[in-house]
This record gives sequence, structure tokens and C-alpha cells, in this order.
Amino acid sequence: MNKHTTELNFQTITGGVHSSPRHDSAHKHVSGTAVYIDDIAEPFGTLHAGLGLSSVAHGILKSVDLSAVRAAAGVVAVLTHDDVPGVNDISPSYMNDDPVLASGKVEFHGQPIFCVIAETREQARRAARLAKIEYEELPAEIDIWDLDVSTHRQVVTPLTLERGDAAVALADAPRRLNGRMRLGGQDHFYLEGQVSLAVPGEDDDVIVYCSTQGPSETQHMIAHALGVPSNAVTVEVRRMGGGFGGKETQANQCAAIAAIAAKKLKRAIKIRLDRDEDMVATGKRHDFAIDYDVGFDDEGRILAIDYTFALRAGFSADLSGPVGDRALFHCDNAYFLPHVRAKSAPLYTNTVSNTAFRGFGGPQGMVGAERVIDEIAFAVGKDPLEIRKLNFYDAMGVDGERNLTPYHQKVEDCIIQRIVAELEESADYAGRRHAIQEFNDKSRFVKRGMALTPVKFGISFTKTESNQAGALVHVYTDGSVHMNHGGTEMGQGLHLKVAQVVAEEFQIDLDRVKITATTTAKVPNTSPTAASSGADLNGMAAQDAARQIKERLIAFASDSYKVSRDEILFLPNRVRIGSVEISFAELVKKAYMARVQLSAAGFYKTPKIHWDRSKGRGHAFYYYAYGAACSEVSVDMLTGEYIVERTDILHDTGRSLNRVIDIGQVEGGFIQGMGWLTTEELWWDGKGRLRTHAPSTYKIPLASDRPKVFNVALTDWSQAYEPTIHRSKAVGEPPLPLGLSVLHALSDAVASVADHRICPRLDAPATPERVLMAIERLKAEKG
Amino acid sequence: MGATIRRELRFILNGQDIALTGIAPDQTLLDWLRLSRQLKGTKEGCAEGDCGACTVLVGRLTPRGSLVYESVNACIRFLGSLDGCHVVTVEHLSASEGHLHPVQQAMVDFHGSQCGFCTPGFIMSLYGLWMQTPSPTDQQIETALQGNLCRCTGYEPILRAARAISTYGGTDGDPLLRERETMIKRLNGLRDGARVEIGEGKDLLVVPADLDDFASILEASPNATVVAGSTDVGLWVTKQMRDITPVVFITGLDEMKSMTMTDGLVTIGAGVTYSDAVSVLSQHIPSLAELIARIGGQQVRNMGTIGGNIANGSPIGDMPPPLIALGATLTLRRGAKRRTLALQDFFVAYGKQDRQPGEFIEAVHVPVPQGSEKFAIHKVTKRRDEDITATLGAFRLTLAEDGTVASACIAYGGMAATPKRAFAVEAALIGRPWTEATVEAAMEKYADDYQPLSDMRATAEYRALVAKNLLLRFYMETTSRPAPVKVSRYEAA
Repeated sequence: MNKHTTELNFQTITGGVHSSPRHDSAHKHVSGTAVYIDDIAEPFGTLHAGLGLSSVAHGILKSVDLSAVRAAAGVVAVLTHDDVPGVNDISPSYMNDDPVLASGKVEFHGQPIFCVIAETREQARRAARLAKIEYEELPAEIDIWDLDVSTHRQVVTPLTLERGDAAVALADAPRRLNGRMRLGGQDHFYLEGQVSLAVPGEDDDVIVYCSTQGPSETQHMIAHALGVPSNAVTVEVRRMGGGFGGKETQANQCAAIAAIAAKKLKRAIKIRLDRDEDMVATGKRHDFAIDYDVGFDDEGRILAIDYTFALRAGFSADLSGPVGDRALFHCDNAYFLPHVRAKSAPLYTNTVSNTAFRGFGGPQGMVGAERVIDEIAFAVGKDPLEIRKLNFYDAMGVDGERNLTPYHQKVEDCIIQRIVAELEESADYAGRRHAIQEFNDKSRFVKRGMALTPVKFGISFTKTESNQAGALVHVYTDGSVHMNHGGTEMGQGLHLKVAQVVAEEFQIDLDRVKITATTTAKVPNTSPTAASSGADLNGMAAQDAARQIKERLIAFASDSYKVSRDEILFLPNRVRIGSVEISFAELVKKAYMARVQLSAAGFYKTPKIHWDRSKGRGHAFYYYAYGAACSEVSVDMLTGEYIVERTDILHDTGRSLNRVIDIGQVEGGFIQGMGWLTTEELWWDGKGRLRTHAPSTYKIPLASDRPKVFNVALTDWSQAYEPTIHRSKAVGEPPLPLGLSVLHALSDAVASVADHRICPRLDAPATPERVLMAIERLKAEKG
Repeated sequence: MGATIRRELRFILNGQDIALTGIAPDQTLLDWLRLSRQLKGTKEGCAEGDCGACTVLVGRLTPRGSLVYESVNACIRFLGSLDGCHVVTVEHLSASEGHLHPVQQAMVDFHGSQCGFCTPGFIMSLYGLWMQTPSPTDQQIETALQGNLCRCTGYEPILRAARAISTYGGTDGDPLLRERETMIKRLNGLRDGARVEIGEGKDLLVVPADLDDFASILEASPNATVVAGSTDVGLWVTKQMRDITPVVFITGLDEMKSMTMTDGLVTIGAGVTYSDAVSVLSQHIPSLAELIARIGGQQVRNMGTIGGNIANGSPIGDMPPPLIALGATLTLRRGAKRRTLALQDFFVAYGKQDRQPGEFIEAVHVPVPQGSEKFAIHKVTKRRDEDITATLGAFRLTLAEDGTVASACIAYGGMAATPKRAFAVEAALIGRPWTEATVEAAMEKYADDYQPLSDMRATAEYRALVAKNLLLRFYMETTSRPAPVKVSRYEAA
């Protein structure tokens, strides 16, 4: 028995791919010992920075009197744009429109103008309020709703996607309608705000510990602002307390300020934004105004569509160009659009510059697609789910006519039909549809609604050069492995997944692989951990590094044991060489003695993809991830308050590297998407001040907002169509738009007040107020 | 007269006795833990008591001498409020043997953490819950977690963990339960009946010896900031960076924590926290207890006081409208002098209350609705829990034998510059039959009573519409309809 058990254990490693080890830091999270930037032991003499922010939305800086700030208790220095030794710019799009500290003018309320360095953080914050700044106020554009997209200034060149002839097909369509939708933005509300600790070194050197999703970009921005080569700057991050896209470019400002101050004062500098400052001064998910003009037949099949996606870019380009692009890339969601024209309009406004947020414009595009589906369903008098199914792309394996995207990429891996069919069955869509009708017939003040919405999400950076990754793997003489790669950990379990890949490659237990902080000194020129690409790219790069070492071990063993290469097998924690078995550690030790290099840098670039923005054509995505959600809600007809009664999700992660991690991403992504579309409301006043700038006023979901019944499953039958890392699929962003099922369930409940004859056109976020106002509108229209 | 004066603040941090002399009156517990004690497990997420990343437990002796541990927000809790208390941080849970506490192990095993930044706060909230309720219902878990935000997990795995904690073994090895008797002795040892004074002049921090001592201190220094729960004053410091000195901490005054029930009147001491009030109110005025479950998070309810909610005079405080509707009165005290005032007369104008310099609210007296009275409270918010009121209506009504409305007392929050009665609406109801037609007619009168504002919580139009609709809801629920009249997450108890 014992022997047998040992034998079994010996047949698999612990923690390889397709197993479900828990998050590598879980025991540290729960005991409070996981170290975030603000927890790092501060170097002796560390000083603290506070920011002075603009109090107008748009204006010329007439005078900036900082004498009281300088004189305040504990203040060591005050920095302005004059103190930026290099270029006063951290524009990630190289537009030179994103100053580190404002110079001459301010373009949004909350823009950093100066920085105070003091002995304590509290002193710095207090001193920052003592500035006397005079502005010559200029007219400010805050909202995009009334802006003319054809004349208003755009922060970058917009994109137009075109396939077929939308104008002609619209004119010829038997049915046609148009409309407009308002879609709100979203604050990331990572629990750990923006924070950096800069430690000056000799010569030009500086090390910056920064809560950033893009250490390489942060490094390059710091070097740019300092006017030093990139090799002088090291950026390191072990983990973030949440990112969600909000630390892709938005970490750079604090990092640059801390580095500039550290070099100037030759002291370590820490900057940690207060929550209110963080929400006011850093970018968010773009809000959109979506115009649609759709032609369809009597069955509800889409024939042609013309879209305009206007987005609030804010005062600078940041990532608004590619975010608008990705909205267009997802304006089809899972539906074939025979003739389509879609254009983006990233509009300049005097608000904080909006940025990446999980989904990166994709979810906004899909919201537009689903609104159109709703409109058609009400127009032809069918259940929206029927319209959805009618318009899907051809399923994988069907070589039909309905598989070309608006950007001319062929959809080859479509599995949405099977996902939706299975979910319809498991969620008992038909049965509950009937029960809801019965309930609503009897209930005057509470109405129920339900919706099943699909997700198809394109995986790859559309910026081609970002689709590369590096990794560095060392094997030490005791057989333990040290792993490093360019991806960053923000809670998504990336380090764990990549470690699983390395463990699998060497066939050693996961606990033999050491996870280390991401640092630009080990792996250079990495892409931000974004676009759901972390495991796809870095897993491959780490696998490449491990394989190089493995190859050398095989060559060595073949040589020294005089066996052919195919007689060498990496078994769990041991290696079979001909008829001999030795432990992995023993082989490593022998290889070392024979002077075999036990370290390797790995590299990966995604094959197949290309994208020509000027033509609007290309193979923009390596593959697609799919999913679907079915949500049921109860809505209070007197107040618009609601409850999510039940949500069922079936989501595709290919052959999951780690099911529990992936389920966590699906559950969390859904709730975050639901929050975006329901209670999270960014509200600016007439002066351009964001008034929902803290959790007291900005309401992300709570535990008690979860669906009362929440069933989440992964497709256990799918695998990536392309040879991704162990045929898994990306999972960071695709689950977020599953939250659309809640918006549409609310819409369905609202529609019941007019017997489902009028499309509710429920805008987002669907706060209780928007829901009630939609109810009132339908009551009035119904007459 | 002449309480002995002690010039150091004493409390216990995890296992250690702490005696502090040179501290600022507005020093927060969170900054002290992280900066002075290098206890970095407790995190700052918002510095305003809304996200829970800073959650710690505070143990205190109740007036009856038992020891209770409650979750609180360290970010807005001042050190001055901790005299005689036991502060417990996440470091205390697994420090001794290094292995994880059941609460922690469950969170690990059920994947309750992703980025991990909120996690220590969740651990402490769940720990507080588990000590009091080892096998909680989902409703109890969700209520205990209203003050903890997680942006990664979607909460589902945290709920799974919370349900499973008690399966990880008993309470034997728990550090707080094991030391309970010793800790009661140690905390009793800290109670010397002295007044605590630290600093002087402008920088004075005072913890009065008792209620009379407080009354005389405030009479002598009417400009002092009085701090009870600090759920509002805390933000004056962390967000507005206001100078609040000198500060008088009344958090620990037992005499202000009493609740009595006599002759149909519940008397609530001004220092009674929301959490303290729930058990008594749920017996006598259940709808008020239900409302409390929607005020702040558990941490805020464990700190915030009903007296403070009244004293701060906010137009969106949740206690005043129902208390006005119930006809509550206040005892105001200045030195040895007391006066009684109807609560509805306390609120004079926005930011202005009928309170003299040196005067404070000592207690609020709340008539319990009699059997024949209909009473309800409806609070409307953007997010159901832990959100500030957009509109809150409180309704008390009696019917005559002929079915007409004999009396009506209706008050709203969020509709005017102060909590305010709906006199025109009441007039439209009184003397008329309690029917939907009467209600609809009365709904037209709201415009006479209220001209609400638009802000980030709601537009004026929405407030006006919902306020009216709440009267209709009140009518429907008082006339026993079979179908639901509002959405509800939890089945009625």
C-alpha cells in the first residue's frame, strides 16, 4: 500500500499546469505579511511628497505663490515643472501632451501643479494646501454628450472600420432605426492607491519601487523626465494591491515625481496619494456616447450598421486612441455585421485623461452591440435572446459566409453557440422566462427581468510590438529554480501560473520554483501586464527559458551517460537517463560540475497577428475568448431599486492553467462589470469637479450586491484554437462584459411596464434613479 | 470636583501594555500602528471609514463589565478614544505559533484573496463576526462585511470561506478567547477613574473621568471638539485636514451608554453606538433596528453613536427623520443644567442647531409606537448598503375607528437643508379615509413641503418623485397586500 501510494505521488508533480494550486501569496495576504510598496522598510531619512492640485478645470496659471508652502512645518523642498531636469512629459503615446507638473496652464480640475517634499506625509499634505494660485479661467468642456464629433478637437487621429457598404445597405434595409446611448465611465478603485518609493543611487542611478503594471514603461518615462538613459533607472514591483488597467500608464506620474525629488534632494522619497487625490488626479475608464443606425430584416437579422463611438478622452491622449480602437473592434460583440461602418471620436475635454481599464474599450463596444440587439428585438417583437442567436458568427468548423469581422479578420474559433445553448439549458432560461411573466402579471410594485448575453473578446495587443515577452530562469545547484519575467502581479495569479509552467517544463514540484519581484534590471523592455496577455506572453517566454536549460541538461546527460537524447525523460522530480533514474537536483549538480550554463533568458512573440490601422484591416487578434451570462433581477417600481436574484455564467478559458484562479477572475470580473453598469457613477459638477471621488460617494459593489444565487462554470471542453501556452486562454478581461447581463435584465424588467412593446433604452450606469426614470418614461410613452 | 488627572493614555496593543504621553490629539490609530509601531498588516484604502482595509478589533469593557471585541476603522479612530481598550491587529492572530488562524486558513483554502490588499481587513471583520457568531447565516456575513470593499474577487469566495470557518476547529486555540479572563483583569486594572490630559492649551487632549467631569470641561472650554464615534470628525482630520483641537473624547463614558425603557419611552444615552442600540431597538422599534443595518458598515456602526448622528446636524443623517416622526425629545445639558427639546426643533437651519456653547446632547427619548400606530422607515440610496441617503422617509400614522387618518407624522432626510417634517402632506391625510385616492392626493402636496437639490447622489427630480412614491409604498405595506411592495434581498424574518 505504502509503496503504491509513493508510486502514485511520484507520477505527477504538485502544482503543474491544469492543476489548481492556490495563490502563491494567499498565506501572506491573510496574515498581513505580504509587502506592498507602502510596507517596504523605508531607507533612513526618507522624505514624503504631497501634491498641489488645480482647483479649476481649465485656466492659465497667472501666478503661483508657494511661499507659504515652503514655510510650512516640516517642508524640505517644493518642486514645480521648472525642477523637471529632462522633458516635462510622461505621455505614453509620445504626444508630448502629458506634463509631470503643469506648466503655464491647467487643463482639468485636480491636475498636479506642484509637489511638496516634507519630513512626514501629513506635513506634505497640509503644506500643499497653503499655495496661493491665481488662474485666468478659460471655458471648459466637461461632458461629451453635446459635442459635435465632426468639429470638436480630438486628442488623436480617430479610427474608422468599414466593410461592405453600410450606407447603401442601410438605405435598402426593410427595417431601420437609430438611437443614442449614454454609457458612463468607471474608476478602478484598486484598494491600494498610486504609490512610489524612489531611492537615489550614485551617478544618475535611481531605483523606484512602484505599484505599476508596466515597469518598463515607468522606467522609460522616469528616464525621459530625468533626462538620463534608461539604464540608470530600475523599476521594481513585487505585487500591486489591484491594478485593473489603472496602473498601466497612471503609475508613471507618481514614479517620475518621486524619482525627480529623490535625485534632487539625494534622499529617498515616497509618494502615496490619498484616495480622494487618486480618484481626482488619475484617469479612469472612458465614458461613451454611442450613436447607432441599424438596418435589419423582419426576422431581426442585422443587415447593416453605422456606429459612432464618441469617448471622453480628457485633456491628453494617454491611451484614448487604442481604447477607442478596441471599442470598434468589439462593436460586433459575437455578431456578424454584413455591412458596417464604425468610427471612433476620442474627444478632448477638460477632465482627467482617461486610460486603460480592464477591457480597454472592448466592453464599451459590446454595450453598443447589445443595445442594438435590444432595439431590434423590441422592433420585431421577439425575445432578445432569439435575435442574439440569429446574428452570431458562424460556429467553428462551419465554413460559411458569416465569419468576417468589421476589421476583415476571419473568426475561426467561434464557440458561442455551444456556450449559449449549454447555459440556456443549465439556467433553465425558457422555464424561468415563463415564471417571470407569471410573477410580473401578479405583482404591481416589483417586476422581474432576465437577460442572457454573450461575450466574444479579442486577445492580443493591437499595438503589434507589445505582443512580446521576456523571462529569466536560473536553476541553482540544489535544483531550486528562480523565475523572473516581465509580467506583474496585481492579484490575478500571474506569477503562480507562470511558475506552474516552469514547474511543468522541468517536471519539478511547484514549491521548487521561486517567484520573485518584477524588475526592469532582470528582464528588459517588457510590455505592460495588460490586454489579458500576462500568462499567454510570459508563460511562453518562461517556457522558452526553461526549455533552453532543459536542452542543455539533455545534451549534457546524453553526453555523459552515453545515451541517445530520446532515452532521456524528465519524470516528476527526477530524470530517467537510459536505464538510470536520478533526481532533478542531482542532474543539475552534475551539470554544474561539468560547467553547463544553468541560466537562460526566454523570449516569445505572438505569431500570426498584424494590424494596419490606416487601412482598418488585419489579423488583430490571435484568438477570441468566449463566455455568456444569464442574470435575473427584481426591480422596485416605486424607487428603481433592484436586487440581482440569480446569475449563471459559462465561460471559456480554453484548457485552464489553473481553474480556481480562472474562476476567481470570472467571478470578480463579472461583479466589476456589473458595478460599472449599475451603481458606479462618476459625477462631475458644473465646474468640472469630480464629486464622486471616494468610496463614500462612489459605490462599487459590496458582498450584499452579489447575485443571491451565483453559478459560475468554465467550459471544460474547450481548448484554444491556436497553440497558446498549454492551449489555455486569457481570462483577465473577457469576463468583465458578462456584467452586461445585469444591465439587460434590468432593461427587461423595465420593459414589462409597457408589455415589452417599447425598448427601454436604459442607459448606464443603471442606478436606481436611471431605472426609475426609464420606468416613468415607458409609462408615459405607453399612454 | 477635582478628578485626579493622569497624563498618559493607556491601552493594550495585541499583548503589550501601551502608555503614551506625547501624542497629538488628532493622531489616528492607523497612522500610529503603521508609522510608530511598524505594524504594516493594517492597510489604508480610503482614510474615511468606507473600505475596511484598516479594520482592527477593539476590545472594551461594557458598563456591565463584560469584554466585547468590535471591528472598527483604524483610519478614522483616534488614539484618544482608546484609553482602557484592547486593540487587536491582524498580526495578533497567527503570531504565536506561526500557523494560521481558522479565519485565515479558510480564506486561503477558499481563495478569498487575489491582490490581498483588502484581505487583512476582511480577516478582522470575519474574525469579529466569528467570535460572536461562529456559524453565521449569509445575511449575517453580508451585514458584517458591508464595510469591507474588495475589488478583485467579487466576494463569492469570501462568502464560501466565511461559511466554512467553524469547520476548521473550535475556539480553543483562539488568542483572544484563551486570554479573555486575564484581559478583563488587565483592562479593569487600567480603569483608575482619572481624567486623562495630554498636551496643553491648544493641543489639549482630554478624556473626562465621568459624565459630570465632561459637562464641566465642556462648559469651561465650549470650543473644544467633542469626539464620540469619530465617524464624522475623523474625516475632518483625514480629508479636510482641519484643526480640531482641543479635543474631548467621550467614547468611553459609561454613563452615556445606557439605554432604558420606561413608560413606553426608550431613552438612549448619547454615547450609545448603533451596534449597542440594535438589540434593544429590535425588541421595541424593529424598523429602526432594520434601518441601522443600512447605516455605514459594521465598523462604523460599532463606532458611530446615535447622539453624534443627531448632534452633527446633517440633512442626510439617518436617525433624525424617524426619531422626529416618532416624536423624540432631547435632553441637552450644559454644566449641571439640563433642558428638554423636541428633536424636530433642534434643527434650525443648515449647519445650525439649537445648541448653546458648552451644551451637549445627553440623551434622546423615543416614544415607542403603540399597537394601533403604523410606523415605517424607507431609505433610498444608489447602492443598497453602506451608502448615504438620497431620500429617506419616516412615517407614523394612526387611524380613527371609521378608517380615517387620525394623526400623521412624516419626516424626511435628503429633501431639505435639515431633516424636516412634511406638514402639508400630513394635513392632506389627516381626517381623510386611508385609501389610495387619499394617498395620491397627498402625494401632490410634497412640492409644498420640499424643494430638494440635485447632487451626486440624486437629481432633484428623482428625490421629489421617490419621496412621493414612498408614501404610496407606506400605504401599500400598511394595508397588507399579498404581493411584495418592495425588493428585498433577505426573506422577512
